[in-house]
Amino acid sequence: MDSGDIAWVLVSAALVLFMTPGLALFYGGMDQSRNVLNMLMMNFYCLLIVPIVWVVLGFSLAQGSNSFIGNFDYFMLKDIGITGDDAGGTIATVAFLGMFAAITPALISGAVADRMKFSAWAIFVPLWVLLVFVPVFKWVYGGWLGVRGSLDFAGGTAIHVNAGIAALAAVLILGKRKGWPSEARPPHSMPLVMIGTGILWFGWFGFNAGSALAANGQAAQAFMNTFLAAAAAGLVWVLVEWIRDGHPTNLGAASGIVAGLVAVTPAAGYVSGGAPILIGAVAGAICCYAVRIKFKAGYDDALDVVGVHFVGGLVGSLMIGLLADPEFFDGAFDKGLFYGGGATLLLEQAIANGAAIAWSLVVTSLILLALKKTMGIRVGEEVEDTGLDFALHAETAYH
Amino acid sequence: MRMITAVVKPHKFDDVKDALVAAGVSGMTVTEVRGFGRQGGHSETYRGTEYKLDFIPKVKVEIVVDDSSVDTLMDVIAAAAKTDKIGDGKIWVSEISDILRIRTGERGPDSI
Repeated sequence: MDSGDIAWVLVSAALVLFMTPGLALFYGGMDQSRNVLNMLMMNFYCLLIVPIVWVVLGFSLAQGSNSFIGNFDYFMLKDIGITGDDAGGTIATVAFLGMFAAITPALISGAVADRMKFSAWAIFVPLWVLLVFVPVFKWVYGGWLGVRGSLDFAGGTAIHVNAGIAALAAVLILGKRKGWPSEARPPHSMPLVMIGTGILWFGWFGFNAGSALAANGQAAQAFMNTFLAAAAAGLVWVLVEWIRDGHPTNLGAASGIVAGLVAVTPAAGYVSGGAPILIGAVAGAICCYAVRIKFKAGYDDALDVVGVHFVGGLVGSLMIGLLADPEFFDGAFDKGLFYGGGATLLLEQAIANGAAIAWSLVVTSLILLALKKTMGIRVGEEVEDTGLDFALHAETAYH
Repeated sequence: MRMITAVVKPHKFDDVKDALVAAGVSGMTVTEVRGFGRQGGHSETYRGTEYKLDFIPKVKVEIVVDDSSVDTLMDVIAAAAKTDKIGDGKIWVSEISDILRIRTGERGPDSI
């Protein structure tokens, strides 16, 4: 890797690291004041455990020529040097991808808010990274789904659809919070939500533009797409709720921005021109309605991980099938339907997401059912009433 | 001696305090409280879901005064707190049987 590329990948890696604290504030502000520290801790815990898991085994299991799972060749980063032509490019990439591995399980924390035992979360995260994130990541990047021709630039399928559907499995097994949905649980601090949103957007430039793994034109276009899709989705979400509910809200703007970022993630390196605005607008409108499905369907996805990450990721991933433009990027990938490529790519996108959904749903459920049988995954009723911050962490956010 | 308790809208509290000080009141105890009256609660909408919040923030002001100034001060508070909209609050008066200034040990009306 040349020095320009390495510089950009290292900067991007740091940007992606910053997203996890951003996510923690985004979720923490939406959560209850008695549970905000538990939410922050669930997120920061991912930054403690996942880098170790990734470097010891995760990265190695995501490499190799096998279509389904890697091997132990890079156990503990064995044989990855920094001299010669590589010049540290591989180590920079391992670090960059490790940041992705860390934030992916963190996404699930928003769904299980207010009621999951931290001890169960502590075991769940490393198991989930190795048994769900790594296989799906491998299938999408260099595995059977990628080889078939499906596209996922920065992790729409591998990260957002994967974590989003895992969140659904988690809340189905964990059960509803006491009093949900009749008891009002408005966000305890909207300013925290907005700070978290700003940090997420900032970090997402590293997430998407860094995924070019080079300082090149594709990175620049991915950067622009990240900029536009978030703006369009935030705008549309606010417009929809303004017309539908009567007020333009901060939470609507924040949710729309995140939905747009999620949706453009898989597409960022494959679309151009007005396409990111279209992707953002469609994701903003659909997610704005998708977050209400839980009330009809009866699953308690506390902070809308399913409605924003699963639905947004799926929308963006499928829209690649319409909008992919290989000529613009001079790239070796299929054309989307709108560019004369027929439905082939759209079908591949559907297959890839279907496979990720099936694996994530089943294996996440198995992990959580095993934890439920052995150690228990839910706090006691009294702890749920009085708050997790003090009961589990002996800390209180506000005095 | 009487205690006047007034529950007012938070944004009118400064006006109430200034009016009471102007009317010669030399001290007060203030508490941030939540409650509802005829106004009921209010609704907030997050991600398209309406949440009914039963309790609305108010400020409770307590002052202990001589019997003779009760009526005047009730009018002063009412004038300062009034917006003519529902939720302006309430003022009530109660008897105080005794009072003691901790520093000097004075009892009764002298220690107000």
